[in-house]
Amino acid sequence: MSPITELVLQSTWETVVMVFFSTLFAILLGFPLGIFLFVTSPRGIAPKIIPYQLISRIVNVLRSFPFVILMIVLFPLSRVVLGTAIGTEATIIPLSIAAAPFIARLTETALNEVDKGVIQAAVAMGASKRQVVRKVLIPEALPSIISGVTLTIITLIGYSAMAGAIGGGGLGDLAIRYGYQRFRTDVMIESVVIIIAMVEVIQFLGNKAATLVVKYPIGSFGRQKSPK
Amino acid sequence: MQLRLEHLNKTYTTKRASVTAVKDVSLDFPDNSIIGIIGKSGAGKSSLLRLASLLETPDRGEVYYDGVRVDHLPKKELNRRRLEIGMIFQNFNLFSSRTAGKNVAFPLELAGWNRRDIDARVKEMLALVGLEDREKSPITTLSGGQKQRVAIARALAPRPNILFCDEATSALDPQTTHEILDLIKKIHAGMNLTVVMITHQMEVVRDACQYVAVVDKGYVIETGAVSDVFRSPRHEITREFLSNIRREEITVDSAIAYLQAQGYEVNKR
Repeated sequence: MSPITELVLQSTWETVVMVFFSTLFAILLGFPLGIFLFVTSPRGIAPKIIPYQLISRIVNVLRSFPFVILMIVLFPLSRVVLGTAIGTEATIIPLSIAAAPFIARLTETALNEVDKGVIQAAVAMGASKRQVVRKVLIPEALPSIISGVTLTIITLIGYSAMAGAIGGGGLGDLAIRYGYQRFRTDVMIESVVIIIAMVEVIQFLGNKAATLVVKYPIGSFGRQKSPK
Repeated sequence: MQLRLEHLNKTYTTKRASVTAVKDVSLDFPDNSIIGIIGKSGAGKSSLLRLASLLETPDRGEVYYDGVRVDHLPKKELNRRRLEIGMIFQNFNLFSSRTAGKNVAFPLELAGWNRRDIDARVKEMLALVGLEDREKSPITTLSGGQKQRVAIARALAPRPNILFCDEATSALDPQTTHEILDLIKKIHAGMNLTVVMITHQMEVVRDACQYVAVVDKGYVIETGAVSDVFRSPRHEITREFLSNIRREEITVDSAIAYLQAQGYEVNKR
């Protein structure tokens, strides 16, 4: 294996690691926040104006930050948590924090789009607020939540390339150091092609997943028991 | 179940205006009857249904189920009471994230039934509405009539003793409307159940109901047995509803449905 091929593989792996873990943490952080925003919003099922306004503002501020600036602002946090602000692991922190508010808003929007009549039906059947969220809202919003997560992953692939530029490694870093600074156009093209391929694969899988949950709702599988 | 409403009042207040949708409504119907509440849009019939079905609390007045006062129940008690209340809607309001069978299972899951009982009850209910072969079907693959059948199965699965129908046939074509009304009548005949239908179609009252209350501008302006009200309507609005039916073109289907509603056997050939 030529050193360049090895470098490309290494960088691809770094990008995959960065995007995977930052998506995971962004979902862990953003999804509950999105549910909180939906539930406490003035038109939500349990309005709480002040907490809603507070979280909503924070989400908006984080979303308006240009990513490069956010990353620099978050260097100290990476240093505290991981002891370093450089490297693939350190980059996961700003990436997660940049993507979490995104996931939060997408989740809130997806939940808002659930038909109000369906919620009313669940309430009329005696569902508590918690049951409405767990058994109705989240499953009903799942296809659009999946589309939102797909979009977030793709955005994170783009961001991770930027993060590479300030020491995160990955394909963006490779493209700049070899492709741009050392005039290795072939490396540049390879990196970009791999990034495009990644985006295509994620979009395809995301669309597939969203279609599958629509086509096979809860109860589609499992054995068909014959009545005794 | 015996439904009684006493002097119900409900006013909705927004920033701009306040609207009194239900004004001093008192109704008292015999046990296990099929009741039609008819009115034009904005007459207050949906608000009345929301009060009678305990989805909202009246500003003044009382709701009695079998002589027990049930408005203003504490939250926990109310959610338990809801298992005795079934409801179907104009837009069906089925969960598209669940199959037909799992829709029927939903209220049973809320009620804490165990899995085997739920399975058996789901099969029983789908068979009752004639959809035993659609248990695993996604909701999106069903027709409007089939969706309303699933909704009926879901509403009646936890063995409620009152069923509220909120414009349940308004989104269906005349043929399917007849099928759904026939199904409701058939189910009603087989169990201890009061049915309250909100509608703006006098045909629905004629074809399915035993008692009727006509609502206008928040008031109940006329009430009684359907046969009496049809024979001698006292109020102008009621006559208007009746003349709407008479003006309606008489098709073979509506004639057959009418005869069947009157208790005649009709040979469809």
